[in-house]
Amino acid sequence: MSDHAKGAGGTFKSYVIGFGLSVVLTLIPFWIVLGDVVDNTAWAVAIIFVLGATQMMVHIHYFLHVTLKVEAGWQVMSLGLTLLLLVIVLAGSIWVMFNLEENMMPAHEQIERVRNLP
Amino acid sequence: MSLSHEAADGIAHVSGVDPFWGKLSWGVFPFYEPIVLVTFIVVMLGGLAVVGALTYYRLWGYLWKEWFTSIDHKKIGIMYMVLGLIMLLRGFADALLMRGHQAIAASGGEGYLNAHHYDQIFTAHGVIMIFFVAMPFVTGFMNYVMPLQIGARDVAFPFLNNLSFWLTVSGAILIMLSLFVGEFSTAGWLAYAPFSGLEYSPSVGMDYYLWSLNIAGIGTTLSGINLVVTIVKMRAPGMTWMRMPVFVWTSLCTNILIVVTFPVLTATLALLTADRYLGTHFFTNELGGNPMMYVNLIWIWGHPEVYILILPIFGIFSEIVPTFTGKRLFGYTSMVYATCVIMILSYLVWLHHFFTMGAGANVNAFFGITTMIISIPTGAKVFNWLFTMYKGRIRFETPMLWVMGFMLTFVIGGMTGVLLAVPPADYVLHNSLFLIAHFHNVIIGGVVFGIFAGIIYWWPKAFGFKLEPFWGKVSFWCWLIGFYLAFMPLYVLGLMGVTRRLSQFETTFYSVYFIVALIGALFVAAGIAAFLVQIYVSIRNRDALRDLTGDPWDGRTLEWSTSSPPPYYNFAFTPRVHGLDAFTQMKREGFVRPTEGFVPIHMPRYTATGVVMAGLMTVMGFALIWHIWWLAVVSFAATLIYGIGHTYNYNRDYYVPADEVREIEEQRTRLLAGAAE
Amino acid sequence: MAQTDTEQPNEFFVIEEPHHGDDHEEHHETGTMLGFWIYLMSDCLIFGILFATYGVLGRNYAAGPAPADLFDIQMILVATFALLFSSITYGFAVLRMEMDDLRGTVFWLIVTVLFGAGFLYLELLEFTHLWHIGATPMASAFLSSFFFLVGTHGLHVLGGSIWLIVLLTQLGLHGLTPENRRRVMCLSLFWHFLDLIWIGVFSLVYLTGVLL
Repeated sequence: MSDHAKGAGGTFKSYVIGFGLSVVLTLIPFWIVLGDVVDNTAWAVAIIFVLGATQMMVHIHYFLHVTLKVEAGWQVMSLGLTLLLLVIVLAGSIWVMFNLEENMMPAHEQIERVRNLP
Repeated sequence: MSLSHEAADGIAHVSGVDPFWGKLSWGVFPFYEPIVLVTFIVVMLGGLAVVGALTYYRLWGYLWKEWFTSIDHKKIGIMYMVLGLIMLLRGFADALLMRGHQAIAASGGEGYLNAHHYDQIFTAHGVIMIFFVAMPFVTGFMNYVMPLQIGARDVAFPFLNNLSFWLTVSGAILIMLSLFVGEFSTAGWLAYAPFSGLEYSPSVGMDYYLWSLNIAGIGTTLSGINLVVTIVKMRAPGMTWMRMPVFVWTSLCTNILIVVTFPVLTATLALLTADRYLGTHFFTNELGGNPMMYVNLIWIWGHPEVYILILPIFGIFSEIVPTFTGKRLFGYTSMVYATCVIMILSYLVWLHHFFTMGAGANVNAFFGITTMIISIPTGAKVFNWLFTMYKGRIRFETPMLWVMGFMLTFVIGGMTGVLLAVPPADYVLHNSLFLIAHFHNVIIGGVVFGIFAGIIYWWPKAFGFKLEPFWGKVSFWCWLIGFYLAFMPLYVLGLMGVTRRLSQFETTFYSVYFIVALIGALFVAAGIAAFLVQIYVSIRNRDALRDLTGDPWDGRTLEWSTSSPPPYYNFAFTPRVHGLDAFTQMKREGFVRPTEGFVPIHMPRYTATGVVMAGLMTVMGFALIWHIWWLAVVSFAATLIYGIGHTYNYNRDYYVPADEVREIEEQRTRLLAGAAE
Repeated sequence: MAQTDTEQPNEFFVIEEPHHGDDHEEHHETGTMLGFWIYLMSDCLIFGILFATYGVLGRNYAAGPAPADLFDIQMILVATFALLFSSITYGFAVLRMEMDDLRGTVFWLIVTVLFGAGFLYLELLEFTHLWHIGATPMASAFLSSFFFLVGTHGLHVLGGSIWLIVLLTQLGLHGLTPENRRRVMCLSLFWHFLDLIWIGVFSLVYLTGVLL
């Protein structure tokens, strides 16, 4: 058996720590939304995203056991590349498409405004 | 309100479909088109001849046992090449039809293709040439050569390799079926929405396109994963990263690109499929759908795809140039970094395919600049090849001719590409024949020339005899002249404002350009014919062209250190690598081929699972295209069950006995001794 | 040329000792894990495209319902915990496996598949509810991209559950062989990966959707 398949970096303690952190990081954003805690929507969204990203890191560390040592660093490198490309694809698509909408449908916002009149 | 409308549409759609036969009926065979009828007859006769010959010589069992179910990376590589060659003939026939038709139509005639048929032909030409010619050739090279170059005995997942190949074949079969059963898409090779949606393309043509590419795309993704793991895990001891041959480096970057871009294609086509089959609104014009999102997504895949095609070809040239100049490659390190930089940058330029869709100046400027930047590493590579040749003792064998043709032609194509990267210039040239000339310039001048160079270079390794040089040179000159005649006029036409995909012209002003282009296409046809003649003549004269040493070109990398063709286990002893150009070093330091001490070799077993699963997937694709729902469900379930059943088979590998290895190796010892006398 | 290796410069071949089974297993195994990891990365990009599509089209309601009209956040919280619990129980199964405890492994895997089934049941409830009130994937681009993003994740969980059941039968047939251990580890990666994707789904689609 190789180290990776057998050890996989996980112990009972690390799983429980990961689980505990995940529970907290899940409950806070749900509490923010269900309890209507934060008045400013932009702030609320930002907090939800930051907590979501943190929880993803927790999962990567405690459940997926991604470390620099495994597979001579290939696991981390491939994850890094994937994250980079995800950022490019997500941010790029949204930037391109919203820029397009702004340029091609200048009346769009006005129509929305009229539609939202009482 | 919109819902009931949708539902009514859906019901009307379903009610027109026979529960057993789906949309199939006698009317779907397009034999009222004389061209299709003649093609059908020719293909049937040819097919019957091949089937008859195989049956007469009792070759079916041999093909099935030794090739179709084979998981030997070398055989799979060769099968990829055969697939690419067959599809090249089909794709090129489409090209000739278009050139002939446009020459007539531009000269005042009507031409022999109606608009609908013409649209199908340019779509089929593009799809086939990219997905089923260039991709199989490139994958074939990577499959055949890369494991040999890293001193491995097979790829990391041999069964998966076989499955990947047959899934690609499955896609090709579906495309070929569309010629005679129903019709093909008319929406161009990337099927822009909303034209490719149900509203404007209600026929089965688009569905052929979608399922064919989806099935082949799965195969390509699996093959990409497989080859990445092979390179990472299975290099011979001592082959550090900076000792890998450049072709292995470019294969690595290509396969990484495949792994990260083909999912994008799969997802995008799945969304378009959903629009067509389920009535969702991703890319429609109504209920919030956005067709430009399709264009955006498909090019996120589409641009890296062209680098998937060209990077391995750069690798092929990087192997050929040092071999035939007798020098090590100039700037190996810069070559490696250039490849990696191209890999990342290829993900940052996709918008240059649609500058004109109306994004703002900031967006266009960003993507214009990234596009220009990507030409820097590419230029660095060209200089590296030039400096490798500088003061070298160049042997002008046929592969080297292709390299020279490539360097001249590709640089012109690259420069017109930089021209198109300037957004204001692109506003003038977008969708014109200038663009067509540009990408044929890089794809023919780059990819196709590289494929021919590679075939001639590695043919002796695969079959044990060289290709006859005379017909190879005829083929090269026909291609080179043909290319310039066919595409230089298109640059001029593009600058005059002629748009692509036109089947009729209002003036005869352009006549002469299209006629010259037709002559060019005929030259290329002669080039392809000369290539086939070359293969035929070489097989006939194989004894005279035989190479027993396994190293006919004075090669520099490990694939030349084993016999030609290599034994199925590639290397009796795994090579140990001490530097770049491992085989050159072995020869210089007087290596001795071990002739004893053979040990059992661990090898995978052949399996029919890949063929069967791909066959079932083909049936599923066909059933989905023709809305034969019961068959689709049955074949999908069968694929799933068969695939799961395969995982219950734990007996997948065996050890080749040492005696068998010894017997094969001693035979080679005798041959080498005979050759030395 | 920089080929000055320290050990045995003339040794150009690996002279292998005859060996059987175990040694080779190890080599092959690490390849499988890496290959599966790379597959997960490519799968990640499929989700990336679906997220991007939701990001671009997710507010095109076409005068139809918006997230705040549709989503039951409390039920999503329950579903999230079902998935989170299944993650930790899978972790326990792996720990049991490392102690060579077949019964313990099988027990925790069964618990995992039950949590997975619970998650799928909740998703099914949600989808049928939406369908009944007319919020189908055909109603607007927002709903199309919502159903595809969440549905693709659900299909992955379904696939993972089927795989888990197949794996349980294989564990029953052959026990903790090296191949089966490798499969347990691959599925472990898959299962945790799905939980990871779900974090993105509930953050972006459900919570943010309801807020905006």
